[in-house]
Amino acid sequence: MRAIANINSIKEGGLRRYLSDKNQIGYNFAYLNESIKREIRRKILKAIAIPGHQVPYSSPEIPIARGWGTGGLQVTLAIVGPQDVLKVIDQGCDDSVNAVNLRRFISMTTGCETTTHTREATLIQTRHRVPDTPLQEGQILVFQVPIPEPLREVEPKEELTCRMHAEGDYGLMWVKLYEEIVRWGRVTVGARYPVLVNGRYIMDPSPIPRWDVPKLNQSPALLLFGAGREKRIYAIPPHTEVDPLAFEDMPFCVENQAGKACRLCGSRESFLDEIPDEDAFASRWVCSDTDYCFERRSNSSAVRSPVLVKRKELCKPD
Amino acid sequence: MAYVAVRGGEKAILNAEELLSSKTFGHQSRPLEADQILEQFSLGVDRVMGEGGLYWPKAAAYALKQALGDPLEAAFLVRAFRSSIPRQGYTDPIDTRKMRVQRRISAAFKDVPGGQILGATPDYGLRFIRFDLFEDLDRARIQAKKALQGLVDSGTPLPESFPKVVDILRERGLLASPLSKEQSLCDVTLETLSLPANRSARLQCLARAETGGLLALAYSSMRGYGQIHPAVGELRVGEVPLCIDGRPIGWIRVTECEVISRMEKAKEQDKPFFTMGYGLCFGQNEVKAISMAVLDRIMQSDVAPHPAQDQEFVLLHTDGIEAMGFCLHYKLPHYVTFQADLNQLREIRCEQ
Repeated sequence: MRAIANINSIKEGGLRRYLSDKNQIGYNFAYLNESIKREIRRKILKAIAIPGHQVPYSSPEIPIARGWGTGGLQVTLAIVGPQDVLKVIDQGCDDSVNAVNLRRFISMTTGCETTTHTREATLIQTRHRVPDTPLQEGQILVFQVPIPEPLREVEPKEELTCRMHAEGDYGLMWVKLYEEIVRWGRVTVGARYPVLVNGRYIMDPSPIPRWDVPKLNQSPALLLFGAGREKRIYAIPPHTEVDPLAFEDMPFCVENQAGKACRLCGSRESFLDEIPDEDAFASRWVCSDTDYCFERRSNSSAVRSPVLVKRKELCKPD
Repeated sequence: MAYVAVRGGEKAILNAEELLSSKTFGHQSRPLEADQILEQFSLGVDRVMGEGGLYWPKAAAYALKQALGDPLEAAFLVRAFRSSIPRQGYTDPIDTRKMRVQRRISAAFKDVPGGQILGATPDYGLRFIRFDLFEDLDRARIQAKKALQGLVDSGTPLPESFPKVVDILRERGLLASPLSKEQSLCDVTLETLSLPANRSARLQCLARAETGGLLALAYSSMRGYGQIHPAVGELRVGEVPLCIDGRPIGWIRVTECEVISRMEKAKEQDKPFFTMGYGLCFGQNEVKAISMAVLDRIMQSDVAPHPAQDQEFVLLHTDGIEAMGFCLHYKLPHYVTFQADLNQLREIRCEQ
């Protein structure tokens, strides 16, 4: 807020006239100007129409650094409305500094309500996780994507990967996976496991753990992906077939968490973060999805978790 | 729970912001004013405007102050502001023949029509740190003022404009005629760069690119990774008029560079001619203009075995704001992805 006030204090002549028509923090509703929002919405519609296909878009700079979630943020800003209830997570956590910062920026420029509860949110922006609480029809999950091109590891040149997608020429990718099996005995991809969407395009699901990949398949919620620095938007519409790349005799598998449970809520059904103890051989495990964990604990002890709901009347939509 | 300390929340962010903000005003010294920065750090301001892609000296000066002198961070502030305002229209192409020249040199000829104008340049100065300025700033300032008055009194005013060196070469048929005008100009601020990019898109990207990044790639070519043997046909710095639909709207300061490069032939039976690379950027930034001209020329190569010849390599890796952001994002928590990788490593270790 203060940083924006500083910029305001140096506004001059014509710009001041332009800005005074807008809200008191000096920027349009949801920061982006309307023509850019329209452009991003058109690209989102195209992405939904061609599941898994990367659609180029303008990706204007916003006051968050490139690589810190600008793509997801632009998608969110283009579709958020004053009635939306917003949730932002980073690594599954609502309270991570980056999630706090993005939530602050969105609520500052839109005044929309925010929550930590997955069930209450209409719009969820995420970095590296799909919530462990199942998503519902009508919800939108927006992923922040660092590298949208799943083929880049086998072919760094964009000119060539574009053609490979167009022709469905994915041989190099299969060879890479096969070679990993020959060398290591298994596919070694940890996060960012490539998937085939609607039987057509190979897609990068963003660096989510393998644990989250099956949740993309036939998801009732709309899944949108924004890569700001790389200027690409793509989407998985609700109820779309999403298959992780695998061989018949070497099936896809998620992280093995056998014998582990969340230290706080006892969950064995959610993705767990490892927290090493000072003793070099011991670790504690806790839920990565903090809201999921809170909810399980509050249901069992009838204590409701703190809800982060704020309404900031900083600006009004046009 | 050690790593959870990363979860700081809103309070920590606000405190960090406050701490940083206090630094921009100085603790022991007087706060810098925008007019001081504009005048005395003018090259820094120019660089911020160029990389920020917005010609607004005062905003660039404040951005430089807010960024504690870091031109990359300042350019980011300017660019972020820039995208919040809609594009209202386009100016007519600028004609640098109408430039009010402050400095123009040609390395290709000993003398050129209009003459070589050195202007204010450190090129031939000796790079001593002037310790005398530590001692008595006021005295040095009075002396400098006197010297300037002397130059003004004894010198002759510069003409309104200068002929261009490349025109002389073109008239004699020694230089390739200008590349044919593209039917539709690209606007890289509104469209994604599609590859191979047309020349208007390439030049726009280079004009907004980070100076150091352009320099590194241009230098790789100069050293031999795709040599083009450049000669500075003309480098000029000065103010050019801007018009929209023929109506003047103001002046901006730019640096323009034309490098003349090795000979080519259009067809086997034709006579050979020199080729040209073009650089133009906001304000005075000669390293950038020359690097840009070298890269413009080398990216016109038919083959691309070297990085500087490969337009995808050059254009996608020299945007300082994008590169900086991605570099710094590695500071963000990555424990979920790390956990996924760790899990794989452990399983493979168990199996082997």
